Amino acid sequence: MSKQEVDRSKRRFLIAATTAVGGVAAVGAVVPFVMSMLPSERAKAAGAPVEVDISKIEPGMMLNVEWQGKPVWVVNRTKEMLAALSKNDAKLVDPKAEAPQQPEYCQNATRSIKPEILVTVGICTHLGCSPTYRPEMGPADLGPDWAGGFFCPCHGSRFDMAARVFSGAPAPTNLVIPKHKYLSDSRLLIGDDSKGA
Amino acid sequence: MNSLTKVVGWIDERFPLTSNWKAHLSEYYAPKNFNFWYFFGSLAMLVLVLQIVTGIFLTMHYKPDVNMAFASVEYIMRDVSWGWLIRYMHSTGASAFFVVVYLHMMRGLMYGSYRKPRELIWIFGMLIYLALMAEAFMGYLLPWGQMSFWGAQVIINLFTAIPVIGPDLSVWIRGDYVIGDATLNRFFAFHVIAVPLVLVGLVAAHIIALHEVGSNNPDGIEIKKNKDPVTHIPLDGIPFHPYYSVKDIVGVVVFLMVFTAIVFFAPDMGGYFLEYNNFVPADPFKTPEHIAPVWYFTPFYAILRAVPPLFGSQFPGVVAMGVAVMILFFLPWLDRGNVKSIRYRGAIYKVALALFVFSFIGLGVLGVLPSTPLYTIFSQILSVIYFAFFFLMPWYTKIDKTKPVPERVTG
Repeated sequence: MSKQEVDRSKRRFLIAATTAVGGVAAVGAVVPFVMSMLPSERAKAAGAPVEVDISKIEPGMMLNVEWQGKPVWVVNRTKEMLAALSKNDAKLVDPKAEAPQQPEYCQNATRSIKPEILVTVGICTHLGCSPTYRPEMGPADLGPDWAGGFFCPCHGSRFDMAARVFSGAPAPTNLVIPKHKYLSDSRLLIGDDSKGA
Repeated sequence: MNSLTKVVGWIDERFPLTSNWKAHLSEYYAPKNFNFWYFFGSLAMLVLVLQIVTGIFLTMHYKPDVNMAFASVEYIMRDVSWGWLIRYMHSTGASAFFVVVYLHMMRGLMYGSYRKPRELIWIFGMLIYLALMAEAFMGYLLPWGQMSFWGAQVIINLFTAIPVIGPDLSVWIRGDYVIGDATLNRFFAFHVIAVPLVLVGLVAAHIIALHEVGSNNPDGIEIKKNKDPVTHIPLDGIPFHPYYSVKDIVGVVVFLMVFTAIVFFAPDMGGYFLEYNNFVPADPFKTPEHIAPVWYFTPFYAILRAVPPLFGSQFPGVVAMGVAVMILFFLPWLDRGNVKSIRYRGAIYKVALALFVFSFIGLGVLGVLPSTPLYTIFSQILSVIYFAFFFLMPWYTKIDKTKPVPERVTG
């Protein structure tokens, strides 16, 4: 044995092969641990669609609904609020809602299916604070031009009554409109827009 | 041969007790000219021990569950014997840790302690600082107050701004679509076991690296260059024990006087150590009027807010904040000066360091305040100064007119 020449290439091959196989095994073993940190089946189930009765929301009022643990606002907008929307266009970042912050069927002037009913996720697109609903016209703290909307107290982002962001605010995009559909005139389903069912 | 020597001899044949004692304490020769700034390393270790011990006792009563967390902290404060003291020691300890670590880093900046051959000590130190930030951030969620919740919400949403993988990454961090029970539970796991283990390991590496190359000193001279020809002991060195172990005890006593005064008389430090909104339970549907991180994160938070969104994305601000922290890792290679200590540097470096300290403190103040257009401009100016200190360092340290460095330490 001792007189035998060491076969260096064979040794190198064996070291490389052992390292490669061991490395693959190590990476494979990490996968279950990383995956265990994803939302559990229960958390996913809690992300299921939520049904809301909108018949009780009076004009100008807002209903706060929980979906996937997030606040979703359902606002019954008055005619005045809708009329004021187009006046904001020049001051908005994305007045035509071109950024994909809403389903296609809400990419319109009111960002909604029914013009008066706004459904939006109440989380600021800046850093995730929940803005405050400020429906009043021209309050002292927001200025005389304020025609109703949402104000984020964290960093001062402003959104109009179609949840579109005003320029000059830290928030980069309009608020998100979640997938939703109407089951009947008064029953709204948030989180699902599939046809049928 | 008495019995103690026998026991030590028995151990030494099986474990390097005496040799380690000598290598790290009784025959570790430290420069004899250490000053005030050299207290903060040992104080940081003291605070680490305090945090681990108080933390262990807090976990005996704390419940990492969204329905019980807030109440369990109040239970510790009101019903557990001495619970209020242990909890206030832990919460004050968090701020004390950053005070001590920032002063320790300041020492490094002044005396060039990061320069060759101590680059790895500095890098281990920076890793400790990163681990400490993670530890503090995750610990702050545990009381499940309004600031816990919304602070975590803002910070985790920073990850959402990363292109392509951002949204999925933030869901993975939270373990849910929003901050909830899954998030609280994993932050508890990281805070009480994962990060502390990493911290302790890094501290060990930091000290082993330090004792390999030897300590720097206020003159920035290598004491190992002047050794006694017979004993090979550095002429300007004194044994760490008993000289510096005793000196550090004085530091510990003074530190504990300040620390206990805060614990007993101002544990919330006027809202800076414990924010008032955190005495309100977390409410995912109501954002507090003004969200500011705890003081030790505010310089970086101010940099984040100073960068306007570009192309409809928060990402540039997040990058700026990340770079503001990470740039410190490169300090040993950015500094091209031919002396280490500020004592022998020229005017340029002194002005640069003063401006840097001013910008860091200024950003810290601005990060606490609500953002207004004027404050945003201030933050932008100070952010430019902060980055200029690092990015221009290779040039201004090179052209700086330095003074001659003495052969031996100056006392």
